[in-house]
Amino acid sequence: MRLSENAKIATRLLALAASMLVFAIFVMPPLYDAFCEITGLNGKTGSKYEAVPAAVDSDRLVTVQFVASNNENMPWQFRPSVVSVKVHPGEVMDTVFMAANPTDRDMVGQAIPSLVPFKAAAYFHKTECFCFNQQILKAGESAELPLRFIVDPDLPPGVNTITLSYTLFDVTERVSANLDNKNTDSEREG
Amino acid sequence: MLRGFNRLFALPGTTVFAHSALAEEQGVERWGVNMTQGVTEVAQTTYNLHMLIFWICVVIGVVVFGVMFYSMWRHRKSKGYKAAQFHESTAVELAWTIVPTIILILMAIPATKTLYDIYDTQEADLDIMITGYQWKWKYDYLGSEVSFFSNLSTPRTQIDNQQPKSANYLLEVDEPLVVPVGKKIRFLITANDVIHAWWVPELAVKKDAIPGFINESWTRIDEPGLYRGQCAELCGKDHGFMPIVVKAVPQAEYDSWLGERAESTAKMKALTEKTFTFDELFAQGEKVYNRACAACHQPNGQGVPGVFPAIAGSKVAMGPLDAHLSMVIHGSPNNPAMQAFGPQLSEVDLAAVITYQRNAFGNDMGDTVQPIDILNFKNKQ
Amino acid sequence: MAHGPQPGFKRWLYTTNHKDIGSMYLWFSFAMFLLGGCMALVIRAELFEPGLQIVQPEFFNQMTTMHGLIMVFGAVMPAFVGLANWMIPMMIGAPDMALPRMNNWSFWILPFAFAMLVSTLFMEGGAPNFGWTFYAPLSTEYAPPSVTFFIFSIHIMGASSIMGAINIIATILNMRAPGMTLMKMPLFVWTWLITAYLLIAVMPVLAGVVTMMLMDIHFGTSFFSAAGGGDPVLFQHVFWFFGHPEVYIMILPAFGIVSAIIPTFARKPLFGYSSMVYATASIAFLSFIVWAHHMFTVGMPIAGELFFMYATMLIAVPTGVKVFNWVTTMFRGAMSFETPMLFSIAFVILFTIGGFSGLMLAIAPADFQYHDTYFVVAHFHYVLVPGAIFSITAGVYYWLPKWTGNMYNESMGKVHFWLAFIGLNVTFFPMHFVGLAGMPRRIPDYALQFADFNQIASVGAFLFGAAQIVFLFNVIRTVQGGSKASDEVWDNPEGLEWTVPSPAPYHTFSTPPAVR
Repeated sequence: MRLSENAKIATRLLALAASMLVFAIFVMPPLYDAFCEITGLNGKTGSKYEAVPAAVDSDRLVTVQFVASNNENMPWQFRPSVVSVKVHPGEVMDTVFMAANPTDRDMVGQAIPSLVPFKAAAYFHKTECFCFNQQILKAGESAELPLRFIVDPDLPPGVNTITLSYTLFDVTERVSANLDNKNTDSEREG
Repeated sequence: MLRGFNRLFALPGTTVFAHSALAEEQGVERWGVNMTQGVTEVAQTTYNLHMLIFWICVVIGVVVFGVMFYSMWRHRKSKGYKAAQFHESTAVELAWTIVPTIILILMAIPATKTLYDIYDTQEADLDIMITGYQWKWKYDYLGSEVSFFSNLSTPRTQIDNQQPKSANYLLEVDEPLVVPVGKKIRFLITANDVIHAWWVPELAVKKDAIPGFINESWTRIDEPGLYRGQCAELCGKDHGFMPIVVKAVPQAEYDSWLGERAESTAKMKALTEKTFTFDELFAQGEKVYNRACAACHQPNGQGVPGVFPAIAGSKVAMGPLDAHLSMVIHGSPNNPAMQAFGPQLSEVDLAAVITYQRNAFGNDMGDTVQPIDILNFKNKQ
Repeated sequence: MAHGPQPGFKRWLYTTNHKDIGSMYLWFSFAMFLLGGCMALVIRAELFEPGLQIVQPEFFNQMTTMHGLIMVFGAVMPAFVGLANWMIPMMIGAPDMALPRMNNWSFWILPFAFAMLVSTLFMEGGAPNFGWTFYAPLSTEYAPPSVTFFIFSIHIMGASSIMGAINIIATILNMRAPGMTLMKMPLFVWTWLITAYLLIAVMPVLAGVVTMMLMDIHFGTSFFSAAGGGDPVLFQHVFWFFGHPEVYIMILPAFGIVSAIIPTFARKPLFGYSSMVYATASIAFLSFIVWAHHMFTVGMPIAGELFFMYATMLIAVPTGVKVFNWVTTMFRGAMSFETPMLFSIAFVILFTIGGFSGLMLAIAPADFQYHDTYFVVAHFHYVLVPGAIFSITAGVYYWLPKWTGNMYNESMGKVHFWLAFIGLNVTFFPMHFVGLAGMPRRIPDYALQFADFNQIASVGAFLFGAAQIVFLFNVIRTVQGGSKASDEVWDNPEGLEWTVPSPAPYHTFSTPPAVR
């Protein structure tokens, strides 16, 4: 009789442990992402902005700086076409980044944005960005990568400079590995 | 007093503290026990905060330990003391909950204020991007062409105890970060591979460098001088060997340095057109190899079995030139530890080091690589 | 049906007896303590002088990593589980643990986990070298191949801890003797109950974080890689969500042990029993909302930084309550200073010093200067060595006569104490100084200005190591024989464990005792 009582507690505690495991793997990462987007943690700028821009605040001028860097072995040449621009909040601004693949193999790149100060991240809207997609450059190919953004007129006062950084990662292998997986999947299905 | 302390340990006929004696001869300050007051306002404020909390802790400690030692002395069984049997007192328990809370609130006020200061990165005069690499730092002066790597310059022989250690052992670099005094400098900090942390105690700046993301921090240095720091986040094998040196100079000196640095970058480009002799390349290559390659592949080219491949007898160094160029310039597609040195080294250095690798350690390929070959390889497509 | 143990090796392999399992846990943890200690001595030997003398940086990093993992998961945690196994049933008047079969499993998978972990030292590429906190991407994309074995051994250790914790909770909730209400339980039982809940809450998170690493390494996910939309900082948040409660897992049972020993040797009841229980519970609760104070320099929005700073400072309040309680218990007692009491007093003093440096570290702007320096190393060794190790040692000396029926050698115990106490302070106190002076942690070689204090610390480390040999010798001598201990052992100690004969029979409380 006592044993069944023990088994009941053990089962309940085991369920608690299992739910904590599920929490760690399946809840914490998305929760963290949501948290980042709200607070601008790590300068994450969120995904494509769809809203209609508000009126332009022509009294205020904000400097937007661009920096580009390559991660580890990414051999592409990658740089902003202009180092910085001045924009009025609410104004739609276009710029391009230059990328070139100097190697003799076709490669896939993924640019990861990061923005400081963090508190500005929620007020920096990208309506079009090369970072939304992976970029494919054939051997020796070069490209102009477009970025269109709006600085929100509600940008907190005191923020006069925003720095937007892109880090370019080589995801060629990652992509081909995924393709392989998909191929084997479809073969199995077929 | 500390000298006396030292003598206490310096047993006759032994060489305990041999290195310390050496350090003293070279004017290294020994027996440092406290945080630096630094050379910036933030560093001074941080120091003051640190001392404030420290003294509060000391006072609490003296009171608590005082009561404890008093009762350990007076209330012992061996002295025939009879134990009282009191326990539980709501008044006392409330007091020792509320009083510490008040002390904590008093501590939190200056701490919060300092934190707001540290976070105010706006209106900087100069932006410098800092990138952590395994195991060196790269500095980009935003808005100018100036960009360079800063490596440990302490020779391997000192680390391996074959030579006496110099005063700034492990805290010296080939090229320091040069900044003007009295200007607000904003640092944008990121990393190329793993997480590093950029730390200079005298500036009270410590920020993690995270691959893919940027962090920011700032400083305004009051006094010209050399300020030394180190990487503060475990980043692999040579984490202890990637120091930081900041050289703060007056604005005029900074301007002329920046001008010269930009010029030498241009000059380097011109040198790319020149043809060097084998001996010139080999000699330069050895220097570059020891700076950029020897940490992993080892000064004797033997590598570390299972971790870092050997250069001596290597298939790459003794194989087709294009594959060797690609490996050094673009890095290894299979092993992230083999970095892309194309953006890190000049064409001259790349040519020199590849020539060296193909001919040193008994590889004896006999071929020479010129800077122009590197440039052509880079622009081949 | 009171039968004795089976003869020979089978006794230990098949045993479901809480006392046997407790002993195995304790011996295993002591073996791990010596192994982890030897690794610490390799570290200290290399740091005796500037320059590389004994080991290369690659191996040095493996030593720091393995030292941390073995001490945390191999020495401290199993030792507390061992004490829990031995003492909890005897303290609450239960005949055994609630789930004896699971108790056997949860011990016997541990040696396999650690055999696997230690075997990585002999693998190509070497053992894990990314620190016991294994931050991504150093521990994923840049890790040696042995990382997979590291992950599996963490999984097994986690499973062992979770099973142990379930067992302890079931025992405490179900098996108490009639009349043993929750608020009558000894504090060691209380602190372990809370610790066990912490374990069940956070060990799965650790299992989760290593599983995510495993998937990133082998199955192409990118939880922690920015390239695929992940974030290396996420790793740190998940890790420290486990890691901070883990710190309290290693200290709460220690509070329980010390709260048993001090009243015995002060011959005076514990000053505030219920406030001790509430303080323990509030520390456990706070441990879930302070994790990011390990990450002040990672770059957080200022609101986050402030929240974690305030929450962390708040922990000082319940911790202070505990220290004040012990001191007030001692005040106007009739104290005598046997070895368990000496270790307990050292615990209170040195843990408080560790608490002070902890408070300093909580101040975010000052932490920018302390973070990842030897000041932090000094801090956590001051809370863990006197905190966990000294309290376990005190517990062993306190209950050893009950376990073996023999008195340990008191003078040898005192020699052990003074060697350990001096060794510990000589090792770790100078680390405060070099840390403040600017020495980063986890470096195999250092600049000349740090040489003097490092040399002193290395000398202290070997002294501390030597002290443990005295301990081992004393324990073995006591197990083998010595003067007979009475049933009460000490002067009128409190608790049911002192009502059974010494040595405690193989089966105790087969019929529940009467609790007043």
